Amino acid sequence: MTAVPPALDLAGLDDLFTADELAIRDSVRELCRRRIDPYVADWFERGEVDDIRGLARELGSLGLLGMHLQGYGCAGTSCVDYGLACLELEASDSGVRSLVSVQGSLAMYAIWRFGSEEHKQHWLPQMAAGEAIGCFGLTEPDHGSDPGSMRTRARRDGADWVLTGRKMWITNGSIADVAVVWAQTDEGIRGFVVPTSTDGFSAPLIKHKLSLRASVTSELVLDEVRLPADAMLPEVRGLKGPLSCLSEARYGIVWGSLGAARSSLASALTYSIEREQFGKPIAGFQLTQQKLAEMYLEYSKGLLLAVHLGRRKDAGTVTPEQISLGKLNNIRAALEICRTARTILGANGISLEFPVIRHMNNLESVLTYEGTVEMHTLVIGQALTGLPAFR
Amino acid sequence: MNIVVCVKYVPDAQADRGFDESDLTTNRESVDGLLSELDEYAVEEALKIAEAGEGEVTVVTIGPDKAADAVKKALQMGADKGVHISDEAIRGSDAFATSLLLAKAIEKIGAPDLVITGMASTDGTMGVVPAMLAERLGLPQVTFASELTVDGDGVTIRRDGDTASETIIAKLPALVSVTDQINEPRYPSFKGIMAAKKKPVETWSLADLGVDAGAVGAAGAYTKVLSVTKRPPREQGQIVTDEGDGGSKLADFLASRKFI
Repeated sequence: MTAVPPALDLAGLDDLFTADELAIRDSVRELCRRRIDPYVADWFERGEVDDIRGLARELGSLGLLGMHLQGYGCAGTSCVDYGLACLELEASDSGVRSLVSVQGSLAMYAIWRFGSEEHKQHWLPQMAAGEAIGCFGLTEPDHGSDPGSMRTRARRDGADWVLTGRKMWITNGSIADVAVVWAQTDEGIRGFVVPTSTDGFSAPLIKHKLSLRASVTSELVLDEVRLPADAMLPEVRGLKGPLSCLSEARYGIVWGSLGAARSSLASALTYSIEREQFGKPIAGFQLTQQKLAEMYLEYSKGLLLAVHLGRRKDAGTVTPEQISLGKLNNIRAALEICRTARTILGANGISLEFPVIRHMNNLESVLTYEGTVEMHTLVIGQALTGLPAFR
Repeated sequence: MNIVVCVKYVPDAQADRGFDESDLTTNRESVDGLLSELDEYAVEEALKIAEAGEGEVTVVTIGPDKAADAVKKALQMGADKGVHISDEAIRGSDAFATSLLLAKAIEKIGAPDLVITGMASTDGTMGVVPAMLAERLGLPQVTFASELTVDGDGVTIRRDGDTASETIIAKLPALVSVTDQINEPRYPSFKGIMAAKKKPVETWSLADLGVDAGAVGAAGAYTKVLSVTKRPPREQGQIVTDEGDGGSKLADFLASRKFI
């Protein structure tokens, strides 16, 4: 299976992976080739993923959902495996990778890490199979980078909890069966497992997006949502709960963003060799070659960083600051690669006939979500200086 | 039902393949190898039959060390165990020796109910090994199946020809070769990939099979590749000018190539 031109591994970075890691990559690539690539431009154009539940079940049957979690029907792969899967998914579309990231790294991870045994037994097997879809409610309309100021509140009423508030920009929200919602309580921020069929819960679709159009993005409205006492995630209190979930998802972006970059680079490379101007392929002009060489350099360096962080994560030694380094570098590099690829394709670069403008627009979201460029810069600044500059 | 599937490790058909200049055998050094795509259909068909009832699928391959990758891919897809026949003396073997080794291996595995192969390899593309193997094993050869059903003690296949489709039945045990029309091979799930690490693979030498080195390899070959010629560059297409009969000219062309 050589869906990727051999030239795109000029540096021989495949040497860094084991045969089993490459087998996982091949299987994800094959699923994308059969089930996503032929349709995704149309999904993006219409702003709607056909049979998204069927797609979720296929992702689940391959083992993609919560793949790096152990037990409860999850595949139990390594973090490098998970990274390679994110890269392949995002080479198809960031929206599909987002579905998998939110399901596995945010919703499932929160339940797996902080939930009660009952939460895990009930939710994780059906989420791993793609039978149930999860979402994760942290960001609010007025509280993004500063989630500690969230307004959503859970108050006690007898033994029950009653949740009120709004969450914004929630991937999978309108199709979710379960939402992990973070709320202020008298004892600090706590997480709640909210079946979306509960009275008072609604998740209207956010329309008018020009990015991640092959992805469901929603608002969550919690209007006096009454939950039993055991709906609370028992094992964590405070912001470190949601932040550790975000660290998981950011790790996926470190790899995933490179997928969008690789797809755009491959598209630009092929196009530049086929497109002739002034009597020769535009790939033969020095200015084009400089663009291609710079794109490839940044892609390769990003992949080296991703592999390094993946090996550290598998060894249990990765820190949130290191993941910030990876997210900040790779999403910026990937977006720049997509924009440069767009210039090589000329006017064709803005057409959905090619994947480039779709990746480029998608990455505008990825640049911001799971921690903005500004916040990751400040995380690194604080790690270097010891001086927080957040406020 | 015990099923043996014969598979081949071949150079990636999408890469630029060539021959070893010294002895005109397939060059395996310069191109990555993999499980022959045409054999994936055989593995898939065996897995479907095994999954529909009780059954065990054993995969057999012949080839150098790296050929174990073809067995591994089949195990990742879901086969139960593998046999890898490997011996320096095998290099340069032709279809006669290949069928001999496979027959000996299948006898050693123990009489299976069904042997399934692909229709041909994607490198040699001779397509004769299934028939030779059936003959050596004394099994009915039911080849080029685009549909296969197992019922009770027999198999029924459909074989599609240019002008007609035949339905062929045979008693078990039998050997069936399958075409690329028979199914859509699965790709390994993550659980399949991880489970394959624990599945048994035995490596057998010529001595294990009781085969004399003189019967295989270039020395024991009944056929010899004398020369190879590069494929000529693709010829320019034929341009048909429509003078009112463009449709029928197009239809004639397609019929001459047996597309319609």
